[in-house]
Amino acid sequence: MIFLQLCQLKSVNSKVMYILRHPRETLAAAAAAQEHTSERAQRRRREGGSGGEMPRPEVQAPPEIFYNESEARKYTTSSRIIEIQARISERALELLALPNDGVPRMLLDIGCGSGLSGETLTEHGHHWIGCDISESMLDVALEREAEGDLLLADMGEGLGLRPGVIDGAISISAVQWLCNADKSSHEPRLRLKAFFGSLYRCLARGARAVLQFYADNVKQTEMLVSFAMNAGFAGGVVIDWPHSSKAKKSYLVLTCGSPSVATSLPKAKGQDGEMCSSDDDDDDDDDDESNDDQTVGTYGRNRSNKRRKVNNNKNGRGRDWLLRKKEQMRKRGREVPADTKYTGRKRKTRF
Amino acid sequence: MRLLTHNFLASNVRGVSTGYPLALEVAKSSIKEVELNADFLRGILPKLDWRALVAAASAAGFPDLLAAEQPQEAELFADGAADAEGSAIRRLHHALLEIHVDEGALVCPDSGRSFPILKGVPNMLLHEDEVRH
Repeated sequence: MIFLQLCQLKSVNSKVMYILRHPRETLAAAAAAQEHTSERAQRRRREGGSGGEMPRPEVQAPPEIFYNESEARKYTTSSRIIEIQARISERALELLALPNDGVPRMLLDIGCGSGLSGETLTEHGHHWIGCDISESMLDVALEREAEGDLLLADMGEGLGLRPGVIDGAISISAVQWLCNADKSSHEPRLRLKAFFGSLYRCLARGARAVLQFYADNVKQTEMLVSFAMNAGFAGGVVIDWPHSSKAKKSYLVLTCGSPSVATSLPKAKGQDGEMCSSDDDDDDDDDDESNDDQTVGTYGRNRSNKRRKVNNNKNGRGRDWLLRKKEQMRKRGREVPADTKYTGRKRKTRF
Repeated sequence: MRLLTHNFLASNVRGVSTGYPLALEVAKSSIKEVELNADFLRGILPKLDWRALVAAASAAGFPDLLAAEQPQEAELFADGAADAEGSAIRRLHHALLEIHVDEGALVCPDSGRSFPILKGVPNMLLHEDEVRH
């Protein structure tokens, strides 16, 4: 429910968001929604598995609204956020596996925000281009005097970069936003396709992209991976500290070009490494085949109708269907009784 | 925004085939000195579009900074060139990494769409009807 997503916000914000998500609805409906928010918020907090924790930002508001000035401010003042960001960026850079020759590279930071991850890149001597959709976060980045160049851009619209110019890309906690439809014009599948397609194009051959993300569920992870594979990437998901609820971090490690020994996945931290490399590769193959079944933004009403229709057709198994099946079996060389006038005829009820 | 980034940027508007190079309009620019790294330049050289770089440099107010044709690698990376004042590699370094465009605009060559640059950050956000999906 949309109303659930409003709950944690102040009244002004929620109004803005409501209009954005449902342009055709009236303000009166938004006001009515607000009456329910506190009650629903409490209920959701009770229901939320991890007891009283704030929900992920993705379910609260679109990124350009969620990361307002006050939220962006946290990225300069909270030492905890700064430390976590720095640690994830270090790890992402490690997974990027750039050649260790001391030559600075041209990197891309997708969803650079306040430039915290970029700082890590600068410390390692690399040049970088950062893009983010939140103006407030970029203002903070300017304040922090980020060394890289900043772009105000939406990754779901595709990265506007020339082909083959970037030596590597990292992204910290950003790509899961692509799974949301924050505006009526947003279609997550198209946005994911545009993003991964443009990322593949702008990377140099053999370059890597390491995208750290927080997936809501397994389906979302599968969807991200399958779109990456369809864009031409090789690779998979590396999960660090899989047994810890807080320290667990997922990285989508992608390599431009065909799969080979060089594109094998690095080992995850905090486990024996059995889940991350071999199993994930298998999963990826499945995703390629079954990606048409992926669902995001398809709501129950439409889907069940479709299913019912299909079932109805199947249930009408008349004589034609039976004859067709028998013909099929005959072609396969099975022994099939001959077609007679009794074939496919309904039994009498007294039987 | 440095001219290096400008050299990589392309327009993403619907209906545009290449969208490159973006015309640069400079209202305000600044110079920030950084250390020269010949290895980085060597790696970046094959990826550069030289003509777009020359055009961008002259738009930023340095029409004579770069040669019209891309210099040979041997000339650029000759011994001692990195320390010699006014050498080709120094000028390339200056153009790529030291000139910052603070205010201005990027104009798509095909559609004429203008992307404003504010506080050194180009606004590449598209309107709903410009997104190519």
